[in-house]
Amino acid sequence: MSVRTPMTLASIELGAGIRNACTEGPDEVITRVKESGLRGRGGAGFPTGLKWDLARQAPAPDGRRYVICNADEGEPGTFKDRVLLEDLADLVFEGMTIAGCAIGASEGIVYLRGEYVYLQDGLEETLARRRAAGLLGAGVRGRPDFDFDISIRIGSGAYVCGEETALIESLEGRRGEPRNRLPFPVVRGLYQAPTVVNNVETFAWVAAIMARGSAWFASIGTPGSSGPKLLSVSGDVERPGVYEFPLGVSIHEVLAAAGGEDAKAVIVGGAAGQCVPRRDFGRAIAYDDVSTGGAFIVLGERRDPLDVAENFMEFFVDESCGQCTPCRIGNVTILEGVRAMRRGEMTPERLRDLVKLGHTMQAASKCGLGQCSANVFLSIVEHADVLGRELVHA
Amino acid sequence: MTTTSLPTPAVPTAPPPTPSSTVTVTIDGREVEVASGTTILDAARLAGVRIPTLCHHPDLPPSGLCRLCIVEVEGQRQAQASCVYPITAPVAIRTHSPRIGQARRDIIDLLLSEHYGDCRTCARNGNCELQDLAVEYGVDRYRFGERSEPVHGVEAFGPSIVRDMDKCVLCLRCVRTCAELQGVHAIGVVGRGDTNTISTFMDLPLDEVNCINCGQCINRCPTGALTARDVTDDVWAALEDPTKHVVIQTAPAPRAALGEEFGLEPGTPVTWQMNTALREIGFDRVFDTNFTADLTIIEEGTELLLRLYRNLVLGDTSMPVPQFTSCSPGWVKYIEHGYPEFLPNMSTCKSPQQMFGALIKAWYAGRAGVDPADVVSVALMPCTAKKFEAGRPEMTDSGFADVDHVLTARELAVMTRQFGLYLPDMPPSDFDDPFGTASGSGIIFGATGGVMEAALRTVLELVTGQQVENIFDHADITPVRGFDDVRYVELTIPDEVGPVPELIAHLVPDWNWLRGVTLKVAVAHGTANAGRVMEDIKAGGKFSECHFIEFMACPGGCLGGGGQPIPTNVEIRRARAKAIYAEDSAYGEQGRARKSHENPAVVRLYSELLTDGPGGHTSHHLLHTEYTPRGSFIRSDGAEKEA
Repeated sequence: MSVRTPMTLASIELGAGIRNACTEGPDEVITRVKESGLRGRGGAGFPTGLKWDLARQAPAPDGRRYVICNADEGEPGTFKDRVLLEDLADLVFEGMTIAGCAIGASEGIVYLRGEYVYLQDGLEETLARRRAAGLLGAGVRGRPDFDFDISIRIGSGAYVCGEETALIESLEGRRGEPRNRLPFPVVRGLYQAPTVVNNVETFAWVAAIMARGSAWFASIGTPGSSGPKLLSVSGDVERPGVYEFPLGVSIHEVLAAAGGEDAKAVIVGGAAGQCVPRRDFGRAIAYDDVSTGGAFIVLGERRDPLDVAENFMEFFVDESCGQCTPCRIGNVTILEGVRAMRRGEMTPERLRDLVKLGHTMQAASKCGLGQCSANVFLSIVEHADVLGRELVHA
Repeated sequence: MTTTSLPTPAVPTAPPPTPSSTVTVTIDGREVEVASGTTILDAARLAGVRIPTLCHHPDLPPSGLCRLCIVEVEGQRQAQASCVYPITAPVAIRTHSPRIGQARRDIIDLLLSEHYGDCRTCARNGNCELQDLAVEYGVDRYRFGERSEPVHGVEAFGPSIVRDMDKCVLCLRCVRTCAELQGVHAIGVVGRGDTNTISTFMDLPLDEVNCINCGQCINRCPTGALTARDVTDDVWAALEDPTKHVVIQTAPAPRAALGEEFGLEPGTPVTWQMNTALREIGFDRVFDTNFTADLTIIEEGTELLLRLYRNLVLGDTSMPVPQFTSCSPGWVKYIEHGYPEFLPNMSTCKSPQQMFGALIKAWYAGRAGVDPADVVSVALMPCTAKKFEAGRPEMTDSGFADVDHVLTARELAVMTRQFGLYLPDMPPSDFDDPFGTASGSGIIFGATGGVMEAALRTVLELVTGQQVENIFDHADITPVRGFDDVRYVELTIPDEVGPVPELIAHLVPDWNWLRGVTLKVAVAHGTANAGRVMEDIKAGGKFSECHFIEFMACPGGCLGGGGQPIPTNVEIRRARAKAIYAEDSAYGEQGRARKSHENPAVVRLYSELLTDGPGGHTSHHLLHTEYTPRGSFIRSDGAEKEA
């Protein structure tokens, strides 16, 4: 997949971040990451420094803590982590090592999407090289009090395993099903030990922040959404690919760069994201406006939004783990509703029930999958007028 | 004397409550102080606020699956499942809001949209949690559609259990019961998302996997997705056949629970009313399984003393110690699967049901002048595993199937209603001869620790030659009672021992070798607890030094059996236990026997039939059995089953 804009991450001096981290120690690393304003790049946007601080302070009865890199990039329409793992794996591993230093972990795990297994050999080679260079293993960078190594584990193709607690269950050898989120993984995660789970891109930016400083990072973007962000732009555009923009960039600007100015809507955040119609293209890609883990799917003038809705709902029906009622049956019910709309068989009463159901799924589902899977359906219903699609017929 | 419990493994997701600290929580405006770590659901119940649940069961760790118990937590955008949300700081909670109400209604509608099955033909009609929720939330139409035909169909899921997955709500109470409460892991979730279903390894029938038929899953199923195999039609057919002599033996546990099926409070015994109802229904004789419970004590107690003598005095290790009880067919199958190398530790005694079955056809029939081929032997049991046990190929020592049909307490309740009887109103009547009414020791077989207590009453008297009342007040051996997961008790035999009774004098010369010996015994109920004890024995822990261990497959013992009235929880089981121990005490007050060896009918049996004594040739033929080492996997396919 083409990289369409210069990537700041490609210009970061390798080894600088980890050198600074090893020199300054855990307190300073966490302070720096907090000051940078870095928030999780996987989509949820939790402040990274706070997450690390919580994991560091959580009691670890047997002394073990874990750093997990969530490389289960499964959100439809996102492919920027793959680019990082192909081209800048060192930076990702460096970020993980810095996290290990910060929270007092000696073990890092990359949970690699099953479909990315072809990357495994290259990643292993990179790890071997880093071990040989003393950047992993016993006494990282000659620090006798810091042992840290990284292993790679392959997922088995379940979208829900991108949810951090399902990922942890999968790592422990069970069905990939989300846990109840109290306690959080930072308190009790993998094997009940304090665990930090971060996205691939988050780790790469950590290495950059430790190399160039938190002020540099915080100067990019907006106050609540600092730093640059990688976007995976796809769909009805002339130049699909991976783009880097400062957070706060408007949807207009992204479309202009990618050659999709005549789009009638974009779906930001992937299948679990939201559908933004043309009239809202002035809105910003930011945590406090239109948030995304990276997916930016453009719907052109002739694209039927119900095609998109059906496609996404089929995806969620397939990918729901089925544990909780709203997600397991709700997705099926909404998919049937979308198909009824396409057949011209939707009544106003049934549509009202389905919209209420969508809100129920958002409120009541156990994990992010069910809480988000009705989003695109709901936003298509909300913007049906401007999308030019008749939903109700009877 | 010490009583200890094994540590229970930590529930992975619940934080450890810190009992020392309390938190004030406001639920719907009511303040309640709870221990830190208490879930919102438990706090609400303390505050008298009802929150609907479906996947929650008080015997199981919470799971947060159905999402019906969601509430609004101050400061949280997302609604929170109250069953899994621990309160650790003062917080305000609302159990009702427009979106919560809508969500609960939606969830019920979603469940109903996938629920194929007519309430009118369902075994759980009137006792179904989904039906109750539909009533509570005023469901007036199928908002999200309904199934017009089944997806799965109804199937016998082994010898004891029937599954109708079209009624399953995927609450996973059965799976959690099997794994966490029972430690069996016979069933689990297969598929993903809307194809999720409950199944076994390779979807094999339950009798071809390590299911122990305990039926605890049935007792915790909120709907009619899991039911026991119903044999009432077979029993009605036998009762209506004038050529058949239909007898029924009745175990102690159903008597302490049957009343619940007729609206009585748990723990209301209905023994004597039940007898009359059974005669009205048409049974020719009503027997008391406690008779063979008493017989079990004589046989198993003798076996224990013989085992200890051979082992400790003669150094013969062919009968290893500790001896394990063998009356619970769920436990028998559990050890056959999980610990086959320990089968030599099992008492060779059949269960009371199967002893009785053999005696009815091999002895009673002749005595009553009936051709045993015309005797239909029915057993009323608290248990679904008894259905499997009756069909074990070795259970034919009378020359016939020793037991023809096993009815659960639930099935008998249905038969009673079908006959138009209100059981609690029946006039009382006693059991039939020649087995008569058993001893109080037989009755307490129905509770965890009961077999141990009954055995100790007899063994202590046999060995010491003195009344057990001199050792334990009223012969109540309370240390082995109760509901602790595992009880470990040490009893020191006095220096003074008695003479060896004539009946077993040919087996043991004297009791001198038991003077001052500390007898170590243990009691475990629920097979997960049994598994913990077995692991301790394997590791050479303190339970490996026991002399005798009682194992019951079901939590609470037989009174919590898989054939008992639904629902079950620890309060209900405690009430049933109280009824059982009260009946034992009442026997004492009424001048009936309370110790197995004082049961006059048992004494008579040894003089008329089992003349070579306990463990003798006749008793071995009719009353003892052997076991099948099964391992964790039984058959690869049905073809081998036929072979």
